[in-house]
Amino acid sequence: MNESDANAIPLAADGRPLEQSLQRALRRQKLRALMLIAPLLAFVMLTFIAPIADMLYRSVDNRIVSETLPRTVAALSSWDEAQAELPDRDVFDALYFDLFFAAEYKIHTRLGSRLNYQQTGVSSLFRKTGRRVDRFDTDEITEQFIALNPQWENPEFWVSLSRDKQFAQQLPTTASVWQDWLKLLAHDEKSVAEEQPEDLLYYALYLDLSQIEAGQQSPGFDWWAGTTAAVKNFTPVDMVAQFEKTDEDWLSMDVWGVLKRFSPTVTEGYFLNALDMQKTAEGIQSQPESLQIYKILFVRTMVMSLVIMGSCILLAYPVAYLLSNLPMRKANLILILVLLPFWTSLLVRTSAWKVLLQQQGVINDLLVWIGLVDDANRLVMMNNQFGTIIAMTHILLPFMILPMYSVMRTIPPSYVRAAKSLGATNWTAFWRVYFPQSVPGIGAGSILVFIMSIGYYITPAIVGGTQGIFISNRIAYHISSSLNWGLASALGAILLILVLVLYWLYDKYVGIDNLKLG
Amino acid sequence: MTNVNDDRFVVFDRVQKSYDGRNLVVKDLNLEIAKGEFLTMLGPSGSGKTTCLMMLAGFETATHGDILLDGQPINNIPPYKRGIGMVFQNYALFPHMTVAENLAFPLEVRRMGKSDRESKVARALDMVQMDEFANRRPAQLSGGQQQRIALARALVFEPELVLMDEPLGALDKQLREHMQYEIKHLHDRLGVTVVYVTHDQSEALTMSDRVAVFDDGRIQQLASPEELYERPENSFVAQFIGENNRLMGTVDRLDGGSSLVTLDSGEQSSALAVNCGEAGARTLLSIRPERVRIGDQASENVTKAKVLELIYLGDHIRCRMQVHGDDQFIAKIPNSPESQRVHIGQELNIGWAAKDCRALDVG
Repeated sequence: MNESDANAIPLAADGRPLEQSLQRALRRQKLRALMLIAPLLAFVMLTFIAPIADMLYRSVDNRIVSETLPRTVAALSSWDEAQAELPDRDVFDALYFDLFFAAEYKIHTRLGSRLNYQQTGVSSLFRKTGRRVDRFDTDEITEQFIALNPQWENPEFWVSLSRDKQFAQQLPTTASVWQDWLKLLAHDEKSVAEEQPEDLLYYALYLDLSQIEAGQQSPGFDWWAGTTAAVKNFTPVDMVAQFEKTDEDWLSMDVWGVLKRFSPTVTEGYFLNALDMQKTAEGIQSQPESLQIYKILFVRTMVMSLVIMGSCILLAYPVAYLLSNLPMRKANLILILVLLPFWTSLLVRTSAWKVLLQQQGVINDLLVWIGLVDDANRLVMMNNQFGTIIAMTHILLPFMILPMYSVMRTIPPSYVRAAKSLGATNWTAFWRVYFPQSVPGIGAGSILVFIMSIGYYITPAIVGGTQGIFISNRIAYHISSSLNWGLASALGAILLILVLVLYWLYDKYVGIDNLKLG
Repeated sequence: MTNVNDDRFVVFDRVQKSYDGRNLVVKDLNLEIAKGEFLTMLGPSGSGKTTCLMMLAGFETATHGDILLDGQPINNIPPYKRGIGMVFQNYALFPHMTVAENLAFPLEVRRMGKSDRESKVARALDMVQMDEFANRRPAQLSGGQQQRIALARALVFEPELVLMDEPLGALDKQLREHMQYEIKHLHDRLGVTVVYVTHDQSEALTMSDRVAVFDDGRIQQLASPEELYERPENSFVAQFIGENNRLMGTVDRLDGGSSLVTLDSGEQSSALAVNCGEAGARTLLSIRPERVRIGDQASENVTKAKVLELIYLGDHIRCRMQVHGDDQFIAKIPNSPESQRVHIGQELNIGWAAKDCRALDVG
């Protein structure tokens, strides 16, 4: 609105701007309308929008690494994979603490499965290490502490130590391990005062004390001086060797590379996997050709959906045309026949196709009996793309016929008559006048069929074999079998984006206003 | 081309049409339409007039009989080869084409060159004064504008015969009247033959050279508008065209063109014997309300009347009265200085000239 317009805002009788008054008057109506849709809106939000949002988040969610291995992730932040050197000892120390607690909580296997998606073998590595982490040779440190002063064996002594104001500042590692130790005991409902401290506490204390230079202790910690000095002479435990002893893979750059690359809380890894790519030390790269499957599946899903859509158009158009030109009563009868398949379960219909299409099935038997096909060379019509296309065209056909019919019914016969009276032949009248007006129906049916078939799952799974399955079958596999929900979510998100892009393209070139469903 | 063919440009020869094989929608239709004529098929709905038009256009086939166009039987010629322009009731403008594309369509399918096409479209648009609307879509036009475009489209390929199927039915009254004149003027200017279907009698009377009144699948009367109004040949036409007082009676005697009828009230009236049968037959006397004479002016067939109701209509006063026992007898009293004033309940003499009273069939 420009300035001259702003001066001329129409006013209502009470002097308020007319628009404002109108909105106030309409507010009640809007509120009423909102109340009417509120139950459905709540239902949809809860059962549709929220799960979709959750799914979208799962496709990038990677909190599990930093939550399970917080110290390791922090310690790794300064490590650069490109240096081609193993991380420092302190990273192994951090991993020791993290894995100990993870194993106690029994969550290390979950992380192992997660990282196994990126690097095979990590799962068993974590499981194995988790079993052994509480039997590491750190008990040697414990023994040396107790030998130094028997009161280290007493949990009460640890508790009083932890109450010291300087504790966290002077012994940071010990303090953080102590905190997790307390949480673990609380989780297991055990008492701190009675539980024998685990070796890792002594190890943490040993690490802290060996860091401290002589004379650097704060005044309150004077009594430590002896202990600190003694610790310098302890027989150390080589943590790297401990891990190596458990599994040589801990000396593998690949394992550490994966840990480093997938330490952030948000990752694009699932999406890369969904597009047959992976994050390597050298950046984002394509998967080896033998492992590429999703791009092929996406393309196949799109192409086959297009073919199904096309064959639906070809089959549905004449039926819809006939329906719209019949008297109402006959049209209704045929419409019931069109809708008849909905009365039987989808599974039954698909299984029926299985009966028809298989090599020992009805169609092949018939062809052999007629003599069109040799008994030895029965046609393979199932467990391939052909089977999927046939069965899905049949199942989705009503979704094409109905929108077409509802649009064609509204085209008055006088248009075609007018065209003929103006000199157009039957074909010209159809092609130039009738067909353009039926395009909204084709568009609506096509969008419906395409979007439905792009996400179809049961039919390809039953009649598709390996060659005829869709991307959704792969998503289902990851949801229910491999339990890689992140990858399933990423695949689903890509599918969603594809559909939205197609919808946008349709809107741009055909116009969504032209879409008529009835 | 001979003169004979000019008078018999369109011929319906004993045409019958049945949709279901049991009932005839069109019964034995015989009709000749001259070149350049404006002929209206008028009748109530279901009278067969639209069916006749559709048979002529080629969208329905005659069950029996021949339809000739310019001497050629066209029963087996598909609609697109007949070269007949047609205007439909709902205009049937193609919604996905602009006005100019709509107009160019008949030229395009005739494979006319682009420049010819454009000049003809421009001329047709100019003819209906719609030049500025060439690039609009039909949905962006008002009803009257769409009507003009439909008209231009039916005329743009210069057909010799144009059919119009109640083209003004969807317009409001004022616009309808305006379009009537416009169509009439176009017809006069172009000299094209028009067959026009309507159920609106004023439309038929305004525009036509001749009107064919349809009822029950037959033409009841085919005559000029004046003839039709002044001299209806049967009771259906008399009632369908204009307003009409009806008095039942029995023919007393016939005397050449005139007759004496004894009305059911016992009184007698003289009337023109048009379609009343022999003496002793039942007949229906038809008198136009504006031909009823009141008071002193009544000299023939004078009878008593009682005024029941007066409706003031500006240019005339409509007076419902009881005459010969009929409560629905209407007289129109012109609103002029010399007219007699009447009031409700008044009893007065009325009468009518024998030539204004037509003895017709009972119907």
